[in-house]
Amino acid sequence: MSTQQQEPEQPESQEAPEDPEMRGAESPVDEREKAGGDIDQTTADRSELEGETILIKVFRYDPEVADKQEPRFDEFHVPFEKGMTVLDAVMYARDNYDSSLTFRHSCRQAVCGSDAFFVNGKQRLGCKTQMADLEHPVRIEPLPHQEVVKDLVVDMDHFYDQMHTVEPYFQSEDTPDASDLEEQRQSRENREKVKMSTRCIWCGACMSSCNIAAGDNEYLGPAAINKAYRFAMDDREDADIKEHRLRILEQEHGVWRCQTQFSCTEVCPKDIPLTEHIQELKREAVKKNLKFW
Amino acid sequence: MSQSYNRGLIEDFGRWKEFSAGMWAWIFHKFTGWMLIGYLFTHIAVLSSALTGPEAYTNTIQGLESLFIVRVLEVGLLAVAVFHILNGLRLLMVDLGVGLDAQDKSFYASLVLTAIITIASVPTFMDGVTL
Repeated sequence: MSTQQQEPEQPESQEAPEDPEMRGAESPVDEREKAGGDIDQTTADRSELEGETILIKVFRYDPEVADKQEPRFDEFHVPFEKGMTVLDAVMYARDNYDSSLTFRHSCRQAVCGSDAFFVNGKQRLGCKTQMADLEHPVRIEPLPHQEVVKDLVVDMDHFYDQMHTVEPYFQSEDTPDASDLEEQRQSRENREKVKMSTRCIWCGACMSSCNIAAGDNEYLGPAAINKAYRFAMDDREDADIKEHRLRILEQEHGVWRCQTQFSCTEVCPKDIPLTEHIQELKREAVKKNLKFW
Repeated sequence: MSQSYNRGLIEDFGRWKEFSAGMWAWIFHKFTGWMLIGYLFTHIAVLSSALTGPEAYTNTIQGLESLFIVRVLEVGLLAVAVFHILNGLRLLMVDLGVGLDAQDKSFYASLVLTAIITIASVPTFMDGVTL
């Protein structure tokens, strides 16, 4: 929901919006999250929150402003409304209290992957996390293990470098003849196999949650390995390209750095079974190198 | 880009209350692994008393076993070894890609089994020792 154009004095008008598009809190995804216990904290009683304000504590840092060079937390009281997400809350704070509050966001529907924050001690996607599901006050910080550029904005260069290391694009020597208008088809079974891995939105939450990636800057990280899985498991690529991909992955700082903490799988906002994919690539790497003669 | 701020290992140890099952399993597995390596050295030290003769070995063992603290440590050693074995089996299943959805449950199961086996072993280990 957009809070940009609304006046803060009319929270009542936001109850039960007519437009079905606005009923964010009633989407099946949210129901599933609640049923599956995905949110591991004790949640505030929803009825208590109606018409109230929520306290958010936001990490502030700006190297160019004298009194923000030392990182600190700023507190904002944001009027709660049904369906409010963490992103809505920080947007409200920015629009109404402090226009210098800086964070990345774009699509606001968990597709662009810009707004991964460290909310109450867990990497979450700001636009996909309901304020009502969180413990209060809500503490919002930039992603850990990445350099903070300003406020909630972290330097993603290293993450993107690791993503590009695995050559995240389809490569095939023998593409079908374009003059025949022939399609390069993938079998349904193969599509099912790579389906979850294609959902990655490059938000960097997994990489930030990974202890190994924090201690080893050369480790590819869960997101990059998942990206490699998406192409290595694609049947349309030739065997020699798959071997080339596995050669990248089986290096010292590739798949073997994973110690199956499941941290990445816990935080992934798109529910990608990252650990499962990393483990499968480990088995592929072993199979490739195991010789009994 | 101008200057940026490195927050260091911000979430790592101070936030232990927010660790998930897989994280605890990893920490316990590392910890028990180091404990077992440490035990191996004392084990070799005790065994090598047999080099000076059978009596020396018997005396060493009897002397150690008469100590209350050694009996307590033996219970601890069993707990450490049992957890390491059970979690090792869990990790084996994870490596084989079996039951990854239930990895947290298998961790809790290995904790509970460790506790049961450890408690059940107490009468045996503590038999005939006084403070």
